[in-house]
Amino acid sequence: MKTMKHAEAAAQFISDEPRTDWHNETLWFVRQKRDKASHGLPEWEQLREWASQIKHHSLSHLDQYLVEFEKNAKANGVTVHWAANGEEHNRIVYDIIQKNNVQRIVKSKSMLTEECGMNEFLHSKGIDIVDTDLGERIVQFRNEPPSHIVLPAIHLKKKDVSDTFHEHLHTEKGNNDPQYLTEAARIHLREKFIASELAITGVNFAIAETGGFVVCTNEGNADMGTHCAKIHIACMGFEKIIPKAEHLSVFLRLLARSATGQPITTYSSHFQKPREGQQMHIVIVDNGRSKQLGRADFRNSLKCIRCAACFNTCPVYRRSGGHSYHTAVAGPIGSILSPNLDMRANADLPFASTLCGSCSNVCPVKIDIHDQLWKWRQVLVAEGYVDTTKKVGLKGMAFLLAHPSLYRFAGKAGRTVMRLFPWLVNNKLNPWYKQREMPAPPKESFREWYLKNKQS
Amino acid sequence: MSAREDILKAVAANKPEAVDLPVIDQTQVISYANLTEQFKTVLQSIGGSAVEINDLSDLKNELEEKKAAGEFVVNRITELGELNDAATKMSPEELAAVEITYLKAELGVAENGSVWLYESQMGNRLLPFICQHLAILINKESIVATMHHAYEKIDSGREGFGVFLAGPSKTADIEQSLVIGAHGARSLRVFING
Amino acid sequence: MIHSLPNYIDMKVGLFIPCYIDQFYPQVGIATLQLLEKLGCEVSFPLNQTCCGQPMANSGFASSSKGCDKNFVGNFRGFDYIVGPSGSCVLHIKDHLKDDDRPGEAEHIRKNIYELTEFLTDVLKIEKLDASFPHKVGLHTSCHGQRGLHLSSMSERNLPEFSKPEKLLGMVKGLELSHPARTDECCGFGGTFCVFEEAVSVKMGKDRIAEHAANGVEYITGYDESCLMHLEGILKRMNSNIKAIHIAEILNSNA
Ligand code: SF4
Repeated sequence: MKTMKHAEAAAQFISDEPRTDWHNETLWFVRQKRDKASHGLPEWEQLREWASQIKHHSLSHLDQYLVEFEKNAKANGVTVHWAANGEEHNRIVYDIIQKNNVQRIVKSKSMLTEECGMNEFLHSKGIDIVDTDLGERIVQFRNEPPSHIVLPAIHLKKKDVSDTFHEHLHTEKGNNDPQYLTEAARIHLREKFIASELAITGVNFAIAETGGFVVCTNEGNADMGTHCAKIHIACMGFEKIIPKAEHLSVFLRLLARSATGQPITTYSSHFQKPREGQQMHIVIVDNGRSKQLGRADFRNSLKCIRCAACFNTCPVYRRSGGHSYHTAVAGPIGSILSPNLDMRANADLPFASTLCGSCSNVCPVKIDIHDQLWKWRQVLVAEGYVDTTKKVGLKGMAFLLAHPSLYRFAGKAGRTVMRLFPWLVNNKLNPWYKQREMPAPPKESFREWYLKNKQS
Repeated sequence: MSAREDILKAVAANKPEAVDLPVIDQTQVISYANLTEQFKTVLQSIGGSAVEINDLSDLKNELEEKKAAGEFVVNRITELGELNDAATKMSPEELAAVEITYLKAELGVAENGSVWLYESQMGNRLLPFICQHLAILINKESIVATMHHAYEKIDSGREGFGVFLAGPSKTADIEQSLVIGAHGARSLRVFING
Repeated sequence: MIHSLPNYIDMKVGLFIPCYIDQFYPQVGIATLQLLEKLGCEVSFPLNQTCCGQPMANSGFASSSKGCDKNFVGNFRGFDYIVGPSGSCVLHIKDHLKDDDRPGEAEHIRKNIYELTEFLTDVLKIEKLDASFPHKVGLHTSCHGQRGLHLSSMSERNLPEFSKPEKLLGMVKGLELSHPARTDECCGFGGTFCVFEEAVSVKMGKDRIAEHAANGVEYITGYDESCLMHLEGILKRMNSNIKAIHIAEILNSNA
C-alpha cells in the first residue's frame, strides 16, 4: 500500500470540516491547559532552560552515562540488552518471550515499540500483545496506529469508541458515555493484567547514577502490568538517560504540565530492582539515534521527552490529524525525527509546517524544532528528495530574482498573468485559486510609481 | 555483545562537545505561604481529597468498622494497628478484591499534590494500584514545596520500587472527557496528620 | 509633523520593498515611504532590488538563492538602516543573508535591517503619530515577526507582555482594536506552504478570519503583507465585507 503524502492525507482529513474543527478545538483546549499550568510557575522559562541544559550535558556524556547506567542496573539485578535497530529490538523481546514460554503479554505505552513496529513483528510470529493504555487499546481494536503520542485515540469521537467497544467488548450499542465505556475497558483490562505473564513498558527517564528508570502514566496501566507479571521488559531509546535522580525534579515538573496541564502525572513510578522472583529486562535501543547525534543541526531533537506539547500547539497538526504524518511519532517533533530514519519516505514532513515557531516555544526542553524543519528542507533538497516540479519552479524563480532586469520584465508581463510567482496562476489547477482570490493586479508596481513620483 | 560496542562507539564519535550541568538554584523556585493549603488545593483539583486530622482516632475507627463489616481492607500503617502482612504475599487475583488500602507515605509535595511511597510502605508493589480505593496518611510537616525539595528528602534508588502518586487513576482518552478510575484506584483520600 | 522631529534627518534609510509588495501592493510601499519621510528620515529605494530569497530558502533551496543574496547586498550596502514593511522577509535577511565576497557588508545589513514597526518603536522611538483611522480593526500577529523578530510577546512563553505594532496602533485616532480569540495563531500562509499544503493553509486562514469576524471588525491588519494577501484572498472568495490592510497604510492614514 502506498502511503499518502502529508498534504494529500491532510486534505482528506479536512474534507470533514466539523470533525476537523472538533479536533482542532479539543487539542487547542489541551494547549490552553498547558498555558495555564506553565503560567502558574514563575520559574517556567528557567525550568525549560535547566531541562535543556541537563539534556545537552547528558548527550555530551552519553557513552559514559550509558555504561554507568548499565553497570548500576546490572547490580540491581536487571538484565540489560542492547539493540542497534528496531529489528534487533524486536528480536530481543521475542527471544525473552520464547525462552520463558509465555503467552499472555500486556504492554503500556511505548512510542519506541511503535517506532520499531514491535506489535506487528510479534503478531507475525503468532504472539499477540494487549495494549493497556485505554487510548491504545481503542486504536488496537480498530487496527489503527495511534495518532498522538500522549492521546493515542484523539482522532476518534466517543461514538467511534462506543461502536468499537460494542463490537469487541459487547458493550451496549449506542451507549456513548465515556464513564460507561471506560468502566467496560477497566473490567476487560483488569482480567488481562491479572492473567499477564509478561509486561512491556516504555521508559520516560533512566538514571545513570542509580540504574533505575521512571515510567509515567495517569491510568496506572504500567504499574498494573509490571507488578502482576513475572517478567518486565522496559524498552528505551538511549537518549532517555539523565545523570542523577535529582534531575528528575526538573523533568517531572515540566512533563505533565506541558503534556496536559496537570501538575504531575498520577503515577511517576521509579523502578529500581525486580521484585522477588521477577525478571526485569531493559532493552537499550539505538535505531538511528547515534546517527542523529552526529548531525550537529539535528541532534537537539534527541532531547525530546515526548510530552506532545508541540503537537497540541501545532496549527497544522490540529487540522490534519496524526495519521497524516504516516510515522509512529507525528507532529512537529516527528517531522524532524523521521527524515533521519528514512529520508525518502519522510521527505514531505519537514514541509508540513508554516514554520510559525510555536512548537519551539512550547517545547519544555527548548528544541529548536522549527529551525530544524527549515534545515531539513535544505538537506532534503540537496540530497534530491524533492519532486521535480517544485524544483523547476523554485530554481526558475531564484534565477529570476537574482537578475533585476529579468525580474522587472517578468513582473510587467506577469501582473496580468501573475507569471512571476509560479503559484499565482489564475486558473482552476492553481492551488492558490481553488479557495482564494488572486490579488488584484495594480496598474503599476511600486518601483514604477517611485520612478514617476520620486526620481524626477 | 556487538550491538553494545557499536552503539557506544558511535555515540562516543558523534556526541557533542562536553557541556556542564546547570546549577539548580532553588531560590529561583516557587514558594508557598502555606504548604498544607497548597497541597490540599492541588490534590482536590486533580480528583483526590485531603483531610486534615489531629489524631488517628477517626481513621482507626473507620478501619475497625470496615473490618467488622467484613470488607476486604488492607492496613499497612503501623499507627493504625495490626498490619495485614498476608496481603503482601497475595496473588494479583486475590488482591483485585481489596476494597481499601491504608498506606503511610513518606512525604507530600505541595506544588502537585503527590505523595511519595517507598515499596516498604506499600508492603506489596501492586497494592496501591490494584485496590479499589486508597487512603494515605502523611505527616503535616513532611509536606515540601516542590519536586526539587522532594528529591532532596527521598532516595529513589534505596528500595526496589517507589512512586510519586497524585490523585486517583484517571483517563481522558475518550474525547478528552475526564474519567476517574481507569485501571488503578478509583479514589484517593490523603489524611494530613499534625 | 516634520519640524517636530528633526533628529532623524541625517539617518540614511534604505527602503526594502519585498517583491510581492512591489508587484501587487504598491500602496503598502508608498505608505511606508511616506510615513518614514513624514517622520524625518532620508529614505531611498535602491532600484535594482528584487527579493530577499525567502520563498526559495523556505522551500529548501537556500543554496540556490546566492544570486539573490548578492543582489540584495549590492542594493543595500552603505545605508545606516534598512527598513521593510514585512516581518518575514526582514527575519529571513537577518537570519540568512550571506555574501562570501562582501561578508562585512552582509553582516552590516543583517544587523541593521528592521521591520517597519520595530524601526518606528526601537530606533525612531516615536511616542505619537498624526494618524487617524476611525474603524474597528483586528490585529493579525504574523509569526515570523512575532516569534522571530520579537515584535510582540507570545502566548507560548511565560514572559512579560508587550506588542510593538499594538503600541503604534494605540497612537492612531479613532481606531478600535480587537484581538482574535487565539491571539497569535498562524494564518497558514507559510510561503510555498500556501500552495503545497493548500487544504491546511486555507483552513487555517478561514479559522483566523472567523475569529476576527466574531469581533465585528471592518479591517484585519498586520505587519506582514504576505499573510494579509492570503487572508484577503479568502475574504474575497467568501464575499466578506472585511478588508485586509497593511499596518503602514493605517499608520500613514489621515482621514
Ligand atoms: S519536541 Fe518538545 S514539545 Fe515536542 S514532544 Fe518533544 S519535548 Fe514535547
